[in-house]
Amino acid sequence: MTTWLLRRLMQAVLVVLAMTVIVFIGVNVIGDPVEILISPEADQAERARAVAALGLDKPLWLQYAYFLWGALHGDLGRSFVFNEPALRLIAERMPATMELAVTAVLLSIVLGIPLGLYAGLRPNSLFGRSIMAGSILGFSLPSFWVGLMLIMVFAVQLGWLPSTGRGATRALFGVQWSFLTRDGLQHLAMPALNLALGNIALVLRLTRAGVRENLPMDYVKFAHAKGLTPVRVVFVHVMKNILIPIVTVIGLEFGSTIAFAVVTESVFAWPGMGKLIIDSINVLDRPVIVAYLMMIVLLFISINLLVDLLYTVLDPRVRLESRE
Amino acid sequence: MSTTVLPTVREETPFRRFAREFAESKLALFGLGIVTIVALLAILAPWITPQNPYDLAQLDIMDGRLPPGSKSADGSITYWLGTDDQGRDMLSGIIYGLRISLGVGIGSALVAGVLGTALGLIAAYIGGKLETAIMRLVDLQLSFPAILVALMILAFIGKGVLNVVLALVIVEWARYARTARAAALVERGREYIEAAECLALPRWRLLFRHLLPNCMPPLIVIGAIQVARAILLEATLSFLGLGVPITQPSLGLLIANGYQYMLSGKYWISFYPGVALVITIVGVNLMGDQLRDVLNPRLRR
Repeated sequence: MTTWLLRRLMQAVLVVLAMTVIVFIGVNVIGDPVEILISPEADQAERARAVAALGLDKPLWLQYAYFLWGALHGDLGRSFVFNEPALRLIAERMPATMELAVTAVLLSIVLGIPLGLYAGLRPNSLFGRSIMAGSILGFSLPSFWVGLMLIMVFAVQLGWLPSTGRGATRALFGVQWSFLTRDGLQHLAMPALNLALGNIALVLRLTRAGVRENLPMDYVKFAHAKGLTPVRVVFVHVMKNILIPIVTVIGLEFGSTIAFAVVTESVFAWPGMGKLIIDSINVLDRPVIVAYLMMIVLLFISINLLVDLLYTVLDPRVRLESRE
Repeated sequence: MSTTVLPTVREETPFRRFAREFAESKLALFGLGIVTIVALLAILAPWITPQNPYDLAQLDIMDGRLPPGSKSADGSITYWLGTDDQGRDMLSGIIYGLRISLGVGIGSALVAGVLGTALGLIAAYIGGKLETAIMRLVDLQLSFPAILVALMILAFIGKGVLNVVLALVIVEWARYARTARAAALVERGREYIEAAECLALPRWRLLFRHLLPNCMPPLIVIGAIQVARAILLEATLSFLGLGVPITQPSLGLLIANGYQYMLSGKYWISFYPGVALVITIVGVNLMGDQLRDVLNPRLRR
């Protein structure tokens, strides 16, 4: 276990290092760093001074070392637009994105598992078939367009829900959250559902496949023969087995959900870090772009590690040491 | 030397057999129909649209934001799907947009397919350090969502049709490489490869004339799925304003243009391009599903 964890941590550090190299090359070799890092209004003398101050006259490997040193100290440069440390900007907007992504994942569990169970237990019923047909749409529909259509129906035509923004927030542990107020919840509903659609379809299909696969197995027959109620067989015995792949996938999808929040946040003007990164790309605020990418990489690697650990807790048959 | 296939079913060529099995699903034929119509519309766009949406001289700003079914000011065109803010006929805009969307989607899937397949085959056949290097890169890339990688690339290189294609190729090649390697590893152990090796055929010939044709089925399936994914991803990137430039609007950009007008109830500018996008993607996906069933050896009856 310890050896495995150490090896995984080593790998994680290597991946982070590889990503810093890629991001560094992206900013410094593909794009012109002078143009990126120095305001276009600067004159020749100012430019030269800034080039020297930023160390751009140094060889590339030394620049990379500076970049890495800064990154290790949480210094990823200042945003040109906000004139604030890029990392702080990201950190300020992270709770909004997290709130949206966690709500979306919760929605996908709360809606996906029951629907999947129904479709798995009654595969030939009309409702069961409709669920499956609907889930195909969940994969095929462009998420951003669905978001627009949600706004059109529920905000413009019916006027039930607000179209954009985060609404009223309330502080908890020093961070502002939307889900603590009624207004905030109303603002949260549509973006969260929009972000969840793909995941609902995924969880639903996994649950259905798991149920279909497990029902004919001997342990289910045995449980029935023992005289257990069907409810107990499905919700305790079958559930335990099908939850393993579902938890893994939900865990792994959490990262993609955060990444995809970029789109949802742009549609609903949700003030999270996804909207920040799009705005930053549009005005070429590269320190913020770099900071966002580094944060996302760290997040992804932590999530992957956590999912692997969770996997062993849920399924004692998996031995970490034996897996390479 | 031509590659002759042993005729197991004498009266049926492999292609016929494939076509017959494909046609067993009505849904798949429906998908094929959709894709054919969409492709024809995109190819024939200049001859069938009532208006050239890129030619500003043909646009009349007075006709801006007209609802579907209205006639133009001079009465020459009926705008069946309405107009956008510049008085552009949405139907023409959508058909031209399909050209960009399909072109970028299919083009990037093809380039990524060739590149990824070549790397995957080379990895499987040569092995060793090269294989490890290629496959580690594949693992690294697939552990991040496509949208994120594409965003990152476009943030560095800027927008433009070719840049989007490049970003999509970089995002997509890994999946082909993984599939090609997996298929090639299985095929490598087969006797015909040994036989070809005994004939001392050149390596490239062995790889591309003998190994590749037998690895094709899973790659075709991946290809169909990837075309749909590429079209969707391009639309998303263009919607975010990072994809194609405003002068060559794809479906995603058309939808983005209509966003601000939607809040005032002018739904058609965003709605119809989205419908076109959905129809295209569903068509490709329906075909892809059946291809997977027909070409998957595990499901062979």
